[in-house]
Amino acid sequence: MFLELFYGLREYGVSVTLQEYFAFIRAVEMGVAEFDLDKFYYLARASLCSDERHIDRFDRVFAAWIERAQALKDPLVEVDEDWLKSIGGRHFTEEEKRLIEEMGGFAELMKTLQERLKEQEGRHEGGSKWMGTRGTSPFGAYGYNPSGVRVGQDSSRHRRAAKVWDKRSFRDFDDGVEIGTRQMKLALRRLRRFTREGAQDELDLDGTIANTARNAGFLEIAHRPERKNRVKVLLLLDVGGSMDDHVDLVQQLFSAARSEFSQLETFYFHNCVYERVWRGNGIHRTGMTSTDELIRTYGQDYRVVFVGDASMSPYEITESGGSVEHWNEVAGSVWMQKILRRWERAAWINPVPEQNWRYTPSIGLIFRLMNARMMPLTLAGLDAATAELRK
Amino acid sequence: MCAMQSPRFESTARYIAGEDLAVAVNAAVALERPLLVKGEPGTGKTVLAEEVAGSLGLPLLTWHVKSTTKAQQGLYEYDAVARLRDSQLGVDAVHDIGNYIVKGKMWEAFEKEGGCVLLIDEIDKADIEFPNDLLQELDRMEFFVYETKEVVRAVKRPVVIITSNNEKELPDAFLRRCFFHYIQFPDGATMASIVKAHYPDLHKEVLNEALGMFFGIRSVPNLKKRPSTSELLDWIRLLVIEHVKPGDLEEKAKASSVPPFVGSMVKNEQDMERLAQWVGSRGWQR
Repeated sequence: MFLELFYGLREYGVSVTLQEYFAFIRAVEMGVAEFDLDKFYYLARASLCSDERHIDRFDRVFAAWIERAQALKDPLVEVDEDWLKSIGGRHFTEEEKRLIEEMGGFAELMKTLQERLKEQEGRHEGGSKWMGTRGTSPFGAYGYNPSGVRVGQDSSRHRRAAKVWDKRSFRDFDDGVEIGTRQMKLALRRLRRFTREGAQDELDLDGTIANTARNAGFLEIAHRPERKNRVKVLLLLDVGGSMDDHVDLVQQLFSAARSEFSQLETFYFHNCVYERVWRGNGIHRTGMTSTDELIRTYGQDYRVVFVGDASMSPYEITESGGSVEHWNEVAGSVWMQKILRRWERAAWINPVPEQNWRYTPSIGLIFRLMNARMMPLTLAGLDAATAELRK
Repeated sequence: MCAMQSPRFESTARYIAGEDLAVAVNAAVALERPLLVKGEPGTGKTVLAEEVAGSLGLPLLTWHVKSTTKAQQGLYEYDAVARLRDSQLGVDAVHDIGNYIVKGKMWEAFEKEGGCVLLIDEIDKADIEFPNDLLQELDRMEFFVYETKEVVRAVKRPVVIITSNNEKELPDAFLRRCFFHYIQFPDGATMASIVKAHYPDLHKEVLNEALGMFFGIRSVPNLKKRPSTSELLDWIRLLVIEHVKPGDLEEKAKASSVPPFVGSMVKNEQDMERLAQWVGSRGWQR
């Protein structure tokens, strides 16, 4: 019955493998969860989810699964009674045993339970909360575990357990949602190369000593490539107009990016790149630079990152004179192509939620111009962008 | 269905562990798999290992990882320089290469007969390949020493606790071998019990006022480094030393000024400015 959870998790993008699954099964068998639903949840989370960004997804899948597992037709009510008794004996207190006797013994209890559950399902349409509504019934007093009945907790126990994953307190960590500076930094950091590259030009003193010592005292010199953070980035930011909603987020991206690269050059444009970009984005634009000069100045080893919503009139991209601000001799699409020819490694990060892209024709245009290298401003999107830029 | 025999980890007098954390630790102990702990800096990741060691009654070995740390250093290092020197001086020890093998933390951990808790602290500080280089060693708890051609195997598998501050992504192959726990920032009630665990004699009013201010500071938007548990504890220690009386903090709050010793919580002049501005503009009222 855990397999369903396993496949559910995989289906919803929580990368869990058999290795983790087996560990989980073994931990359940060893009784780590102690037949307690809360602990069972924590155990499942600790063993099946290894990334805080996926915990929210995990919570949702788990909630759906546990609901199904607790529904009538599931093994819950049809559990092996012998087994139930065997663990039951360990967990019932004397008082509870007396209570059960009053109810007519364990078998009777289970029968009543089945009836009550049916009745409740009818009334509550199989919702996940029906358990808690019966605070005074013997069943409310006893929590349910997907693998059997757990007895000996107070009545609010079960409801509270359900809330642990229903709270979805890890929602902020999901990489599908928009991100703050900290997570952004994390993603941008992946741009950095940790490998040494370049010629073997640095004397490796430790290596030389080690080699020489291994050589029983005959000198043997070792070289190694210099370690450099070589990532150079050209950041082109869309400002003004339709972009204003996103300025905050872009600024976060900008502040996160600054410390990460050996070279980071930032220029601004409005809506689409034309013949000029500028450096200062105060009330007056300062540091106007022609795009041609940009192309001449920065080498091919730069990675270009556009940040913009790409939401405008399609004419602003396709037609000469289409710009809303000035008369542009050459169409924006031509400039885009020029830039992309110069710098092969490029990506466009779009703060507009991905599901809305198809409603704006100009986003489609830019998307095609970028050869589909447009990513949403989410952690997952940034991952895709950095992976693209690393190529 | 065997019941667990080994001692279990729970909250201790000085360390308040959530039930989720306790389950994760016990699972890791029971299955002898490493436990990866992540969370905001200052939420007690490193202290956790000490507490686990304490409650299991095992010695604790700590391997602090730095940006230059290599996986090999945790296993052993071959001190070639010492050997070279000895060969020049004609020391007899030079003939046995084993004399120049320096044991690393993992080797030490493998040798402990009664088992131990091995803390690999801040694994994300090291090179991206570091965790990958330890896969085999953590999985099988054994490694091969090339110089002496011997296999070092764990006498008793140590409880491995690994912490990460999330500066780097850890490889999937590594994550698959670990139990994972993310320490969430404690809520008000938990925080109160954490403080009480450290300062049982603290006046209730002072505690409430201090916590109010602490969570107030944490809610200031755009702080570079929001204070966390360890900073709060430092601050409260200062309050205790200075005998801050109930009402003192409230007075400060009423005057819309920054609390005393705020430097132990806010450690950046820009943040300090932001805090002062925030307090000045809206006061401490929630």
